Amino acid sequence: MGPGVSYECEVQDGSHINEDHFYPEIIHPDTLVQLPHGQQGELVFTTLTKEGMPLLRYRTKDLCTLYDGQCACGRTSVRMGRIIGRSDDMLIIRGINVFPSQVESVILEMPEFEPQYMLVVDRVNNLDTLQVQVEVRRDFFGDDIGRMLNMKKTLADKLKSVLSISADVKLMEPGSIERSQGKGKHVIDKRKLV
Amino acid sequence: MTIKQLSIFLENKTGRINEVTKILGQHGINMHAFSMAETTDFGILRLIVSEVDKAVEVLREANFAVMLTDVVWITCPNVAGSLSHILDHLAEQHIFIEYMYAFAEGDQANVIIRPNDIDHCIQVLKKCDCNIHNSL
Ligand SMILES: [Zn+2]
Repeated sequence: MGPGVSYECEVQDGSHINEDHFYPEIIHPDTLVQLPHGQQGELVFTTLTKEGMPLLRYRTKDLCTLYDGQCACGRTSVRMGRIIGRSDDMLIIRGINVFPSQVESVILEMPEFEPQYMLVVDRVNNLDTLQVQVEVRRDFFGDDIGRMLNMKKTLADKLKSVLSISADVKLMEPGSIERSQGKGKHVIDKRKLV
Repeated sequence: MTIKQLSIFLENKTGRINEVTKILGQHGINMHAFSMAETTDFGILRLIVSEVDKAVEVLREANFAVMLTDVVWITCPNVAGSLSHILDHLAEQHIFIEYMYAFAEGDQANVIIRPNDIDHCIQVLKKCDCNIHNSL
């Protein structure tokens, strides 16, 4: 048992990394290029004191940001921010990083929709497109088509503010989206099929 | 003096309406009138059927999102200008029609109306040359 990678102080403004024992880096998950502290990317570790089985630039698959500078608690070690997703799940759409978990958090906030969704990514005329399929809850289905379109627009607006790119929302019948067994079943990336 | 209409949420997907009609047919439920409102990715199928409660039950069993909506069913003479005359009256009384659909049957024309203010609409219709139906 060696020391832990990081620990939280009383300020809880990120997690302090045990820099005596671990050397952290942030890389771009696709290009693998090292990114400066302050930018979001995949966390990579190198162990400095482990003997026998050291880890060299071990890819955690966790996406976060590293912060320099003194913490309010007085410590000056590098801190890592909250893990915002897994690099495996990350989609790059029109140059923007998109996580299924971001879409999920928006949908879970809206009682109009079932907690089921599917992201369909495609490329049309050299432009990435994102369609978000959601199931309308039975109780929220209405005879008023204007209200249904409003529901769709509200979700599209929320997604845009969270994702920074616009998504086409498709309202689906309840029960029509395949229930996923594992993670990663929330995405159909048609760009890979071409 | 209203009747119950079935409103069914449908994805725009080939064969989805067939499934509705098939289920109703299998249960011996007759469709008197229907209309389809559609957008690019979904539609609302509006149906007047013989056995409303049974229709809701069997469609919900088959996983359809179904709800009931109060609508007004009138018949008026199937002659030129007769519907126009009724609609003039409704407009004069500032009754807004969200949607309507119609089918002719011999010398009678059946019209299903979904107004914004259903009670007011019925009051006005009572003064017009038409019959308002309580049930099918
Ligand atoms: Zn601290």
